Amino acid sequence: MRLIVPLQSVVQGRGGLIFGSLIPCALFYFLQLYLKRHRSPKPQSNPPSPTTSSPKLAEMTRTSSRSNLFSRSIGQVRISSRAISIAKPNESPYYIGLDKASEDPYDRLSNPDGVIQLGLSENRLCFDLIEKWMSENLGHSITGRDNGELNINGIATYQPFDGTMELKLAMAGFMSHIMGGAVTFEPSQMVLTAGATPAIETLCFCLADQGNAFLVPTPYYPGFDRDVKFRTGVELIPVHCRSTDNFALSITALDQAFNQTRKHGTKIRGILLSNPANPVGNLLSREMLYAILDFAREKNIHVISDEIFAGSMYGNEEFVSMAEVLDSEGFDKNRVHIVYGLSKDLSLPGFRVGVIYSFNENVLAAARKLTRFSSVSAPTQRLLVSMLSDARFIEEYIKTNKRRLQNMHALFVAGLKGLNIRCADSSAGLYCWADMSKLISSYSEKGELELWDKLLNVGKINVTPGSACHCIEPGWFRCCFTTLAEEDIPVVLERIRKAVENTTDLLNSS
Amino acid sequence: MEFKRKNKTQLLSKIATNDRHGENSPYFDGWKAYDNNPFHPTQNPNGVIQMGLAENKLCFDLIKKWIMENPDASICTAGGVDKFKDVAIFQDYHGLKEFREAIAKFMGRVGGNKVIFDANRIVMSSGATGVNETIMFCLADPGDTFLVPSPYYPGFARDLRWRTGLEIVPVDCKSSNNFRITRAAMEDAYEKAQKWNLNVKGIIIANPSNPLGTTLDIATMRSLVAFVNEKNIHLVCDEIYAATVFDSPRFVSVAEVIQDMDCCNRHLIHIVYSLSKDMGIPGFRVGIVYSFNDDVMLCARKMSSFGLVSSQTQYLLASMLSDDGFVGNFLRESSKRLAKRHYVFTKGLEQVGISCLTSNAGLFFWMDMRPLLKEQSFEGEIELWRVILNEVKLNVSPGSSFQCFEPGWFRVCFANMDDETVEVALNRIRTFVLDRENQESNRSKRCWRKKHLRLSSSSTRLYDETIMSPCMISPHSPLVRAKT
Repeated sequence: MRLIVPLQSVVQGRGGLIFGSLIPCALFYFLQLYLKRHRSPKPQSNPPSPTTSSPKLAEMTRTSSRSNLFSRSIGQVRISSRAISIAKPNESPYYIGLDKASEDPYDRLSNPDGVIQLGLSENRLCFDLIEKWMSENLGHSITGRDNGELNINGIATYQPFDGTMELKLAMAGFMSHIMGGAVTFEPSQMVLTAGATPAIETLCFCLADQGNAFLVPTPYYPGFDRDVKFRTGVELIPVHCRSTDNFALSITALDQAFNQTRKHGTKIRGILLSNPANPVGNLLSREMLYAILDFAREKNIHVISDEIFAGSMYGNEEFVSMAEVLDSEGFDKNRVHIVYGLSKDLSLPGFRVGVIYSFNENVLAAARKLTRFSSVSAPTQRLLVSMLSDARFIEEYIKTNKRRLQNMHALFVAGLKGLNIRCADSSAGLYCWADMSKLISSYSEKGELELWDKLLNVGKINVTPGSACHCIEPGWFRCCFTTLAEEDIPVVLERIRKAVENTTDLLNSS
Repeated sequence: MEFKRKNKTQLLSKIATNDRHGENSPYFDGWKAYDNNPFHPTQNPNGVIQMGLAENKLCFDLIKKWIMENPDASICTAGGVDKFKDVAIFQDYHGLKEFREAIAKFMGRVGGNKVIFDANRIVMSSGATGVNETIMFCLADPGDTFLVPSPYYPGFARDLRWRTGLEIVPVDCKSSNNFRITRAAMEDAYEKAQKWNLNVKGIIIANPSNPLGTTLDIATMRSLVAFVNEKNIHLVCDEIYAATVFDSPRFVSVAEVIQDMDCCNRHLIHIVYSLSKDMGIPGFRVGIVYSFNDDVMLCARKMSSFGLVSSQTQYLLASMLSDDGFVGNFLRESSKRLAKRHYVFTKGLEQVGISCLTSNAGLFFWMDMRPLLKEQSFEGEIELWRVILNEVKLNVSPGSSFQCFEPGWFRVCFANMDDETVEVALNRIRTFVLDRENQESNRSKRCWRKKHLRLSSSSTRLYDETIMSPCMISPHSPLVRAKT
């Protein structure tokens, strides 16, 4: 309300001080108050985030960002601002490449000239084991254990939106197993979601308001831009990591990013980590986990640890979950939340099973209510209870998976080395992080994208360029090798060689 | 820990700490009363009978039979396992082609084969809850408003508003014309919204209606379409009860209505569908958005990553819904059984002088308890509701939780119980009604007694969402075993 003095009555002195000035003032202010009360809260104008006053903060150049350009529609009718930007064809090479590969998928026999998909971190190495388990245990999968009778109530009716207790129990056991038995997970601290994607989004809805931000080390999984930003209005602030120390996260960099963001008026609500890291594949050491927790406590923020690749280890380093570290040293558990899922370690991305694991009762209570928007399908829950509870099968699966991952990783990385393409040191994941900076025409994002385009359209292989992962150094590419068979590796290498044939620095084998 | 309790909640978002989840309402209090004391014919014959949850259990036998006879569809049996690999890895947000085609065919069939739905427009999300929220994210920005004819499904307050930041303005419908949606009522609501400076983005209707159980006639549908065209706002039609129509008039989808309206801007029209009610499989979490607007369709499809239907479920349903024989039989049987159940209840109530709104669809009926109210007000309605819940032990839902304009109406669900329980429920209501009428003279004493409730509806009570259906904890759960 603006301070306005009705000058007229004051100047003319009509009615003295009370009648001449105070009463008209009072009436005016009451009118303002009335109008304000009857006005509804205006929707935040486009763009909704107050951080757009400092555009440098979020260096979202190519991937889907909340660059809400218009509040008016394309065409006659207005849809939401977010819909306008989301509906546009995706410009990110991550998605363009995925689409291209799925339109013309390589098959050794039926489509040998198709696009080889190295841009989707899927694990096809151990399906035979799962198929075998299915055919030996079919009585227990969809039909339940009631004497072969189908317990339709258990799969058709409303189930708890945050997952059945049976599946949570089975999942707790599985997660513990996957992480080497170093942690015990409590089923009551679990909320199940339709994949890790809604798990991340749900946590963002719980921990941050529109306009707030999360710090995220780069390079990071391109999907985080969607999971965190699409609908929540929360921003991602990159914390750049560099090849000089194998893209390790440093507390200094975290601190710098935190302070800079705060200076620009944006509230940081937490740090979003992936450990094992995607796309680099390295691990956070125990000491680094302590340091991050200390940092989070000092700044009073949350930590989301996406551990979805915990069971896809091929290196000799030890994976340490946040959950394991929390048990020691008296860290405040209320600020730590772990995300997991079955899409990578168990190769079941289609089944849509994700986990939010938190120590914070308030977060769990809120998340439980929110999972009604993204629940796991009941028949799938039934099937997985059986599978995950089979300890012998899980043991065998984990061992075999590790062996095959190690093998494929070794072959693939060696093959790239033969082309003088070195990879970052990594211990986990379904991919390697390859340095092709020597093959790009100019040491820039433009040069990187030109190489990406050549690899996709000439070489017919889809890899993910570092810029899609917000990597600060151009020339790095994520190559997923777990969709390949061993016989496909020479084909891939040959195609890379062909695609960069004219590049001066495709070296003779070293 | 260095945090005080206040600090802990301050660390959470507004969404996590506000009450726009809507669970602090009598609608959910009733469920809690059921959870604490669930009826069982032999183990707990005096428990609360759940008549507040619109679940369709009448045709489980048909579904069960189909699943047992078609093991290949389950991909986790010997017959189907060769499909397993392709299905398990499939996470494309377009959805399995066979699934989309089967859903499109099913929707067409449910609409009386008057419309052909395009499989390429089918977009999915996690249940009807997921798709209602998704369509709102696509159509409106935080602070925008949608009009909703009342009485409406209480979950709309949460699904349409909670994370989206939208507002709802009810379009008041009255019993004097059987709660029809009139043009005047729509205009009224629209003007009210304008006066409050609210940006109206659209209107969402449920057809068939929850809680009324009625289908919209073609004239009303055309009037709605004309209204949204005039105002250039969206029309979202929630058609999730389409196949629960058991009597005439037949269900008419908005897709059929706009076929004959040349002047309609199709970019305004969106349908929400689900299999949770029609087929009684809410556990499968299948929700469908069908929009005639390409941008909305594309946006909703990308958002479906947040709630994709499990590929295993997609595959199973693709097989099931492509089985024409099964679908035909299912739809016929379902209608028959719903009609019968509806008849039993409404006739039974008629015998004790309780009338219901004439309805031809849904898993519930809209019961007129105005004659039994001690005072014709919402307080009177809540008082009556507490009696029915705590003394008669029936969880029915009071009209106020549906934002009904007039007090005294209750929604009663009838499709989630077996025939024996129906008898018990009817007897309880009959006894109660006769009792209440006979004891008119002792009203003031009764009022005083009834104020001392066993169940309080304190707003700080959090509804435990994990228990919503009569068969929650599987008897084979390790938890149960651990206790005994």
